[in-house]
Amino acid sequence: MGKRVSVFRKEHFNAAHRLYNAAWDDAKNEKFFGKCALPNYHGHNYELEVKVTGKPDKRTGYVMDMKNLSDLIRNEVTSRFDHKNLNLDTEEFKDLNPTAENIVIVIYKLLRPHIDKKLDLHIRLYETPRNFVEYPAN
Amino acid sequence: MVYLTRAEHFNAAHRLYQPNWSYEKNEEVFGKCANVNWHGHNYELYVTIKGEPDADTGFIFDVKKLSNLIKEHVLDKVDHRNLNVDVEFMKDKMCSTENFAVAIWEQLQPHLPVGVSLHCVKLYETPRIYVEYFGK
Repeated sequence: MGKRVSVFRKEHFNAAHRLYNAAWDDAKNEKFFGKCALPNYHGHNYELEVKVTGKPDKRTGYVMDMKNLSDLIRNEVTSRFDHKNLNLDTEEFKDLNPTAENIVIVIYKLLRPHIDKKLDLHIRLYETPRNFVEYPAN
Repeated sequence: MVYLTRAEHFNAAHRLYQPNWSYEKNEEVFGKCANVNWHGHNYELYVTIKGEPDADTGFIFDVKKLSNLIKEHVLDKVDHRNLNVDVEFMKDKMCSTENFAVAIWEQLQPHLPVGVSLHCVKLYETPRIYVEYFGK
């Protein structure tokens, strides 16, 4: 059967955003999103935990080379989002509300194609130390 | 003398940009922090006051009142805001964490009662970067 092990890499990025549904007027956005809809943006230190699960390779002892995982996250996620305005500076959130939920799904989709299909991928994203999301949900 | 600290937090956008310099020079000095569309942080704020505990209450100062002062004079002005654009007390100032900590001190100091002094404003921009200001 072999033993399955999860490896984790933590990264972070600092970004501005606002929550806003373009189909609603300002009053409805403020009512629903509160301060998160303020027009001049606010920001977060996002903390990202990427979990990769599989059986350690017999030759290397690795589930996945953590340096490769770190480079992958930097190339696909951090370079896109760090010190950026998610609403204004990114293709991914041009027409997508950058809630933590949507961001975690986007991050999953950015990383998944680059990780061996035999390995499971799971993302946890902290918007603040007290609010975090996970995808896929168990 | 006893020190009492209240911890608060807020989320805000900002950018580091010196208007007297070219964009190239700003990018050279501030790097990604000069992004024109801002970036953001979860700031953690620690306000430390000092004094002698009152004989009757045992308090230096009611920490609920301290929390309300921080909320009224700092958090309500900066939380979920753009520090460069929305915050009057940061107007015309470079929005570094250093300057921000000093400005927060100046927002709070006038409102503390007699016998209670501000000792330190400690401000985390990220979990790995923080500043402390002791009023001098």
